[in-house]
Amino acid sequence: MDLSELAARLRARLGTAAVITDRQRLRTYECDGLAHYKVIPGLVVLPEDTGQVAEVVRACVAAGVPFVARGSGTGLSGGALPHAEGVLVVTSRMRRLVEVDPANQRAVAQPGVINLHVTRAAAPHGYYYAPDPSSQQVCSIGGNVAENSGGAHCLKYGFTTNHVTGIELVSPTGDIVRLGGKAPDPPGYDLLGAFVGSEGTLGIATEVTVRLMRAPESVRTLLAAFPSTDEAGRAVSAIIGAGLIPAAIEMMDALVIEAAEAAVHCDYPAGAGAVLIVELDGPHADVEAQFVEVESHCRDHAAFEIRIAADDAERALFWKGRKSAFAAVGRISPDYIVQDGVIPRTSLPEVLRRIADLSSDAVRVANVFHAGDGNLHPLVLFDEAVPGAAEQAEEVSGAILDLCIEHGGSITGEHGVGMDKAKHMPRMFTEADLDTMQMLRCAFDPGHLSNPGKVFPTPRLCGEVPGRHKGAHPLQDAGVAEVF
Amino acid sequence: MTDPATVLSELAEACEGLARPADESDAVAGVAPSLVAAPRSADQVAEVLRVAARHGLTVVARGAGSKLDWGVPPERVDLVVDTSGMTGVVEHASGDLVAVVRAGTPMADVQQTLADADQQLALDDPTGAGTVGGTVATAVSGPRRLLYGTVRDLLIGITFVRADGVVAKAGGKVVKNVAGYDFAKLLAGSFGTLGVITQAAFRLHPLARDRRTVSVRAAGAAAATRMAQDVLGSQVVPSAVEIDAPPGGGRPEVAVLLEGVAEGVRARAATAARLLGDAEQRPAMPGWWGRYPFAVGDTGLKLTTEIAGLPALLDAVRRAGDRTGLPVHVRGSAAGVLYAGIPSGGDPAGVATAVSVLRANAATYGGTVVVLTAPPAVRAGVDVWGPVSGIDLMRRVKHEMDPRRTLAPGRFVGGI
Ligand SMILES: Cc1cc2nc3c(=O)[nH]c(=O)nc-3n(C[C@H](O)[C@H](O)[C@H](O)COP(=O)(O)OP(=O)(O)OC[C@H]3O[C@@H](n4cnc5c(N)ncnc54)[C@H](O)[C@@H]3O)c2cc1C
Repeated sequence: MDLSELAARLRARLGTAAVITDRQRLRTYECDGLAHYKVIPGLVVLPEDTGQVAEVVRACVAAGVPFVARGSGTGLSGGALPHAEGVLVVTSRMRRLVEVDPANQRAVAQPGVINLHVTRAAAPHGYYYAPDPSSQQVCSIGGNVAENSGGAHCLKYGFTTNHVTGIELVSPTGDIVRLGGKAPDPPGYDLLGAFVGSEGTLGIATEVTVRLMRAPESVRTLLAAFPSTDEAGRAVSAIIGAGLIPAAIEMMDALVIEAAEAAVHCDYPAGAGAVLIVELDGPHADVEAQFVEVESHCRDHAAFEIRIAADDAERALFWKGRKSAFAAVGRISPDYIVQDGVIPRTSLPEVLRRIADLSSDAVRVANVFHAGDGNLHPLVLFDEAVPGAAEQAEEVSGAILDLCIEHGGSITGEHGVGMDKAKHMPRMFTEADLDTMQMLRCAFDPGHLSNPGKVFPTPRLCGEVPGRHKGAHPLQDAGVAEVF
Repeated sequence: MTDPATVLSELAEACEGLARPADESDAVAGVAPSLVAAPRSADQVAEVLRVAARHGLTVVARGAGSKLDWGVPPERVDLVVDTSGMTGVVEHASGDLVAVVRAGTPMADVQQTLADADQQLALDDPTGAGTVGGTVATAVSGPRRLLYGTVRDLLIGITFVRADGVVAKAGGKVVKNVAGYDFAKLLAGSFGTLGVITQAAFRLHPLARDRRTVSVRAAGAAAATRMAQDVLGSQVVPSAVEIDAPPGGGRPEVAVLLEGVAEGVRARAATAARLLGDAEQRPAMPGWWGRYPFAVGDTGLKLTTEIAGLPALLDAVRRAGDRTGLPVHVRGSAAGVLYAGIPSGGDPAGVATAVSVLRANAATYGGTVVVLTAPPAVRAGVDVWGPVSGIDLMRRVKHEMDPRRTLAPGRFVGGI
């Protein structure tokens, strides 16, 4: 079946407005937040509910056409990059917050619901949704589930996967399946846990049940300025070493501070080689006691200025510099790559030194990261107009991932593998590891239609693997298996 | 036909001679195996499983054996893979709050090693005898799951051997990592049906500097659940809120654990005491804390509920007791994971009725009922796992990973 036939069929079922074929409008969806990969989708469909998503997937299966889910398109690894011959299933009309249920400490959302809207709806009840990616004003819950998104506060509270207790999904074969719900520990394999972070390759989430947390009694935030990232890094080690787990510890180096200053005038202390934002939250007495300790660890490690947020407005200002960092580097460099890698936090000084060695006049590296858990976001700055600079930047960016792997870390802490890093997966995992992961893929998506080409460098042919057998083993048929 | 002696010698070759014929003590939930192998490394486990695959042997992995009779008895066991020789903390990166541990290591040993650095793996071990591998494979949890989560939340990397004898790993040894599928979660709670776990990496927590328990005997079930829910809805950030309701309408006890810095714990304990109607603050936890309300040989159930369903669940437990005349003891976390114990010797038909009373009400409290362990006569008359949502996908996962049903066949949900 060609796509126009599929479009006609879906129009008949979902209504004309739900199907986009106009090339100009299709172009709106040609990339996600990683804009240098671009593909105009064959067809865009905007379903309104689970039933419609299932219809779309079943139609794709019948026609043998691949499909890609898309939430808000803020992903940074090309996960929502469309297929030229496929269907892009956009969840932007699935924005109903089905239920806020404070008694059960849960909320139920359609996948297109914007992350921040969950917290906004829960706040009047004294609750919030903990995972807070910097993109939370625009990214969708479905995208968060697919990427297992983190946020500044995941040091203490964990990632999306720790806060999703149930999903309804449309499997790649078109079945509607519920995994988990409001109660904990559903019996059976933790397919929910496997689905979170699967980047759209195991189906489309159509409803998500999340845990709401009680808003903390007290929040205290400080901004500490250090001569360099070395001292700031040592302060972080001292804080963690003392058994303190702040809600967030974020670090920015001089270049990022310069960019943030230019972009949002956050007015960080002048002359800082690094700043830390440390936030503590929880019961009042605990926070007060620990805050004093954090402050003294910063002073002991050469912080030359410490500011304490007097109110929410000042706290927001501290965070504004940090949360705008990615976009802000646009002020100091015409082009840049946002990298995402993880190292054991204790390797920070060594890795930062090696990253500094990698930079040059043509390619600079600005560092902003979740210092508490070793998740680096080096921003590789370059000017495409300078011949060779783009290639050099790609090389530096790749070398940073090598550093992460060399130190026992990961090629991605929160932005996902997507299109961009599939080629790096064999550097972190053996062929057997990847083969095993794809057994899960084959169980969910034997036809290989759900977001193909992402996550894995080479697809596994489902059910056709040498050395594996279908049905009873020959030995069993021969009665040999009954030996014992 | 393969000669048993040949198989034994191949197994012995695979694991430094540590293979032997099985005896009665090796039975798995009453099912007698023929052989036992005790490999000492992932590579040896792989070799052993390749021998098993070659000869079509079914395999059950065993740690300390403390929960070996949980679930449905396997249809057949030819070979027990004893992991108790794979012990030790491979790496404790205290500065990174991460530890990598071999599967056969007793949980207590892990905690002891970590405690030297004032750290802990924040998982309670309800049997007090479990190994790391068994804890992961059954995903057991205790009171402090309320604050720290369960195995799935703390497990950051896993190494295991597939049914076909291939060693695979997923995750890693950093807390934050989204590269590839989260296979660790898939193995957690899989009851040995997807692979033999050989090593696990965990996220750690600092040991709390101070802790206090606040507890009270409530007038009845309704009062107990209301108080527990009040604490959950407060801002005291309890590490645990437990309810213990003895059979026969005895007064239930509610106990709250608070951990943290001394100043904070003191203030929060006072608040919690107020919420429990001026309860008593105690330095030690109640004697029943963190233990199942059932012993070996009893029937042990796991009951889950959404938080607001706690009163309905306790009510259903009472009705199950009234209907059957059996003493049903229930205990567990107000987070919605409770356990019920019915002493051995109870009429199997009565136990089956109790299970169906609870299951009939499960929908009203949004949860499930699983029979973790039970005497053979009871087990024969109940659906151990109950209805499972997503079972078709689960069967497909099993089929991809273990198409010949080598690993613990029949032990898990839906006959997996
Ligand atoms: C400025 C900026 C800051 C950011 N900060 C952070 C941060 O702090 N932490 C962080 O983790 N990420 C961050 N991100 C990355 C991004 O916002 C997250 O990955 C987010 O979860 C993506 O959500 P989305 O709705 O935009 O998803 P999309 O980009 O539309 O899709 C992402 C992936 O999810 C899949 N998908 C989408 N919806 C579904 C569904 N319903 N079912 C199944 N699969 C689906 C897609 O196929 C794709 O693979 C940032 C991005 C930007 C641009």
